[in-house]
Amino acid sequence: MGDLEVHKHVQYIISVEKKKESFEALVMEHLRMNGAYWGLTTLDLLQNITAVDQEEVISWVMSCWDQDSGGFTGTVGHDPHVHYTLSAVQILALFDRLDILDKDKVSSYIARLQNEDGSFSGDIWGEIDTRFSYCAICCLSILHCLDKINVEKAVNYIVSCKNLDGGFGCTAGGESHAGQIFCCVGALSIAGALHHVDRDLLGWWLCERQCKDGGLNGRPEKLADVCYSWWVLSSLVMIDRVHWIDKTKLAMYILSCQDRENGGISDRPDNAVDVFHTYFGVAGLSLMEYPGLKSIDPAFALPVDVVNRIFFKKP
Amino acid sequence: MHGRPRQPPQAEDAASASKASNLRELQSKLLHNHHQRIYSQEAIDASSKLLDINPEILTAWNYRKLAFQHNLQEASDPPHFKSLVNDELRVVEMALRRNPKSYGAWYHRKWVLSQGLLEVDFDREFYLLDQLLKVDARNFHGWSYRRFVAKMKDVSEVEELKFTMDMIDSNFSNYSAWHNRSALLSHLLSKKAHGFDEREKILAEEYDLVRQALFTDPSDQSGWFYHLWLLDQTVTPDEVLLISSWPFDGSNWCITVDEDKVHCKVSQLPCSSYYFLNSGKLPIVLYFNQPVKGVHSSSVIVNSVFVKNEDLIWRPVTPTKSEQAACWVVYIGIPDFQKIDTKVYAVEINIGHSKDIISSNGSVFSHPLQFRFNLSFNSISLEHAEVESIDELFVWNDSGSSVAEHCGFFPFNRVNASEDHTLKSSKWNLETISYEIDLFKELEENCKFVKLTLARLFLAQDAMMSYKTCSLIHSRDVLRLFDDLIRLDPMHAGYYEDERSIVVVNQVTSDEQSLMSQNSHSSNYFSSKLPLNGCIQLTNLSLTRIGSVDRLLWVQVLDLSHNKLHSLAGIEALQLLTCLNLRNNQINSLTALEPLKLLSFLRVLDLSFNKIGAHPVDTTRYLCHSPLSHSIFGAKKCIEDYLEANINVTDHWEAILLFRELRLKQLEVKGNVVADENFRDLFAKVASHADLA
Repeated sequence: MGDLEVHKHVQYIISVEKKKESFEALVMEHLRMNGAYWGLTTLDLLQNITAVDQEEVISWVMSCWDQDSGGFTGTVGHDPHVHYTLSAVQILALFDRLDILDKDKVSSYIARLQNEDGSFSGDIWGEIDTRFSYCAICCLSILHCLDKINVEKAVNYIVSCKNLDGGFGCTAGGESHAGQIFCCVGALSIAGALHHVDRDLLGWWLCERQCKDGGLNGRPEKLADVCYSWWVLSSLVMIDRVHWIDKTKLAMYILSCQDRENGGISDRPDNAVDVFHTYFGVAGLSLMEYPGLKSIDPAFALPVDVVNRIFFKKP
Repeated sequence: MHGRPRQPPQAEDAASASKASNLRELQSKLLHNHHQRIYSQEAIDASSKLLDINPEILTAWNYRKLAFQHNLQEASDPPHFKSLVNDELRVVEMALRRNPKSYGAWYHRKWVLSQGLLEVDFDREFYLLDQLLKVDARNFHGWSYRRFVAKMKDVSEVEELKFTMDMIDSNFSNYSAWHNRSALLSHLLSKKAHGFDEREKILAEEYDLVRQALFTDPSDQSGWFYHLWLLDQTVTPDEVLLISSWPFDGSNWCITVDEDKVHCKVSQLPCSSYYFLNSGKLPIVLYFNQPVKGVHSSSVIVNSVFVKNEDLIWRPVTPTKSEQAACWVVYIGIPDFQKIDTKVYAVEINIGHSKDIISSNGSVFSHPLQFRFNLSFNSISLEHAEVESIDELFVWNDSGSSVAEHCGFFPFNRVNASEDHTLKSSKWNLETISYEIDLFKELEENCKFVKLTLARLFLAQDAMMSYKTCSLIHSRDVLRLFDDLIRLDPMHAGYYEDERSIVVVNQVTSDEQSLMSQNSHSSNYFSSKLPLNGCIQLTNLSLTRIGSVDRLLWVQVLDLSHNKLHSLAGIEALQLLTCLNLRNNQINSLTALEPLKLLSFLRVLDLSFNKIGAHPVDTTRYLCHSPLSHSIFGAKKCIEDYLEANINVTDHWEAILLFRELRLKQLEVKGNVVADENFRDLFAKVASHADLA
């Protein structure tokens, strides 16, 4: 099986950043902010964040700030959205540069997206999804601005999306899905409201996501995919049920999805790699205490040292 | 990027270069038109082309919404409206052909229809859905859109339930359909909709349906999750019951208070050993069969000469912010001893005369009951040496043999509260469980779901038979099933071990005899100066977690050493606990000790030889109160104070937040990675009153 190809993955992430003009890169351009967060967090977990020019990254991130609304865009010239705003704030947190933000404007942007029922819209156009509840709660917590929203209502909305199998969906009635479960469990964790989760019921549903090949799927009777190494695993960690799966087998599965020639990790063995799956693979290994990796926080999706710095550093 | 085979990197060929330049041009056009607010037909067509190639660009959908609003203002007549709406619907359909899971495309369609400009052509919407679900019956966007359209058209839940049936009929392995079915049915049953008022009949039909699926392919998960839900509907108790309390009904207690009233001892008559309550307060603990809210001085009335009932504040015993808990406690201050004579005073507790005690599913505690215990007061003050004995080093006997101090008192004549009211599980529920048990016994031997379901059915049956007798007819069968499962499905061994632990504790604590077999008489269990009451030893049982705490409310000294305990969840119910031995377990972090913060009498804690500090990933990081979980309560100031004092809060916040709240006299931590010099320094600063061994 072999080890994690740390050096190759670092090279891969840096190379993706340089290939801006290819068709594949263009298709992903609108969410470059998310891509930057995935890539940079992976580099930090691999203890290689110095491989990028920090000032260059920060000035690009700030060039995506939409001063009128207070939110961040996916790339220069596009519209702001809560998801891109979270990624931008996470990137600044990685570099310990939250000080350059106009926290008041950014947090007001997010607070304005909360609806009467406690839910969050992704942007001014009003799409509602528990993913956006997570983005908002996580981002405001990093900025120490959770008091700008009605946390109780936000929690109640998430709870209204809880299903009879213990999982959570996009909106009330939506089928449980591991990605959505991460968002809801993560938001409830940050809001100190995990008591709304039936940890044994959800834990069993989540641990049954492990397939015979060792990988995790996102819903019953689906194929394994490396991205669920993050969505499922982080949720299991937050509810203290990660010992219900076989971590060795999962680690082997993730390692088998590496492109050993050119770096990067794919969804399944021998598929095309991308930054998204490279991040989720490395983050999953970090949650399983793979040697040589920094630990990642399961709720904030940032390295533990970064999160501890946000909450426990002398102001 | 999902499901695309890996290709060797190759130089950009002419074709892909031209594809890229086309996309680049369309993207630039879009941004130009968007920023310049150009909404001409040509500009809109360019955005269609872009979305055909890449339906994920949210800004392009936003642009189209703006263009739509703009052109709508210019449009004068309904045919024009119609063509505008149809253009949008067509672009969405095109995008969904490219990617049926495009969030942006689905939302655009909902947004356009929600504008309410035209009567929605529902046939078209349902046709689109049929086509999509034919290609992928599990597309959750499709199911979500179906709920949206059904709501818009006001389709009845009964009709939608029929649709889930059709989908299940065409393929049993459709979790999405089972999910929707459980949600719809649960709603219809709870509001007792027409045709759904006979709950048992409906559930029986569902059992028949899911059985067909399970027998068709026992390895498919979809049906098993539905079966688990049905089982839950069958066994979840409707009634809220009080299942145990401390003190228990009819007990007699003698309280001896020392002169400065810092300590008091509470002995059960006629036994000589006593509860040593160093706070001068006597707890009353109630334990219900499920988490409830609404326990307060109007729903539980305590009649005694010592306190005014209205002054009592009942608290849920839970380490979370929840207002619900199975366990509730109130503390009664021991009255001024000088003014009390030698009479016997009765304390009477009346529960449930108001309808405020409610479970999470809305069931009300509706069988009022009363219990009482007696207090008398000893006129001789405590001998000083005896009172001080808690301050002396407490030594656990760690010989490895099974030994315990037994004080001649096991409260198996528990209050029982619900004595006259054994759970009236209906005949149907019990019959259903028995029928299912017989059925699965016959089904394939080596299917893990069959074995797991059988174990759950056995446990459900035992639980339904009686709350009172704690009878466990099937615990051996269940333990055997879990052992089989660990062998059969080693990937999930951790789950089965946790489930197994609950059964083991249940079995061991089920009656006095089995508890005594764990605890043989011995006088050298711990330092003899502390004749504490209620000592038990649950050692060498391979426990990974604990359960049955409702039967252990009386325990003051608990030895859980030499197990595999990973979690202490539930231990907070043992409100009298004073000494706890967790030596040689698998506790991974200080945050896992959060439940101990609720034990106000806890003084002696042995954590030696655990794994605290050995794991960089903390699985209870979000199950404790901390700034990370926005549940810091009064700790913010404290953190600032420690920062001021130049204490390394970043690395030690878990220890700081824990030990400042525990009122320990004695702690052992050796044999843990965390127990280094830094930890000792820190502990000395945070908990200066305690000894650290």
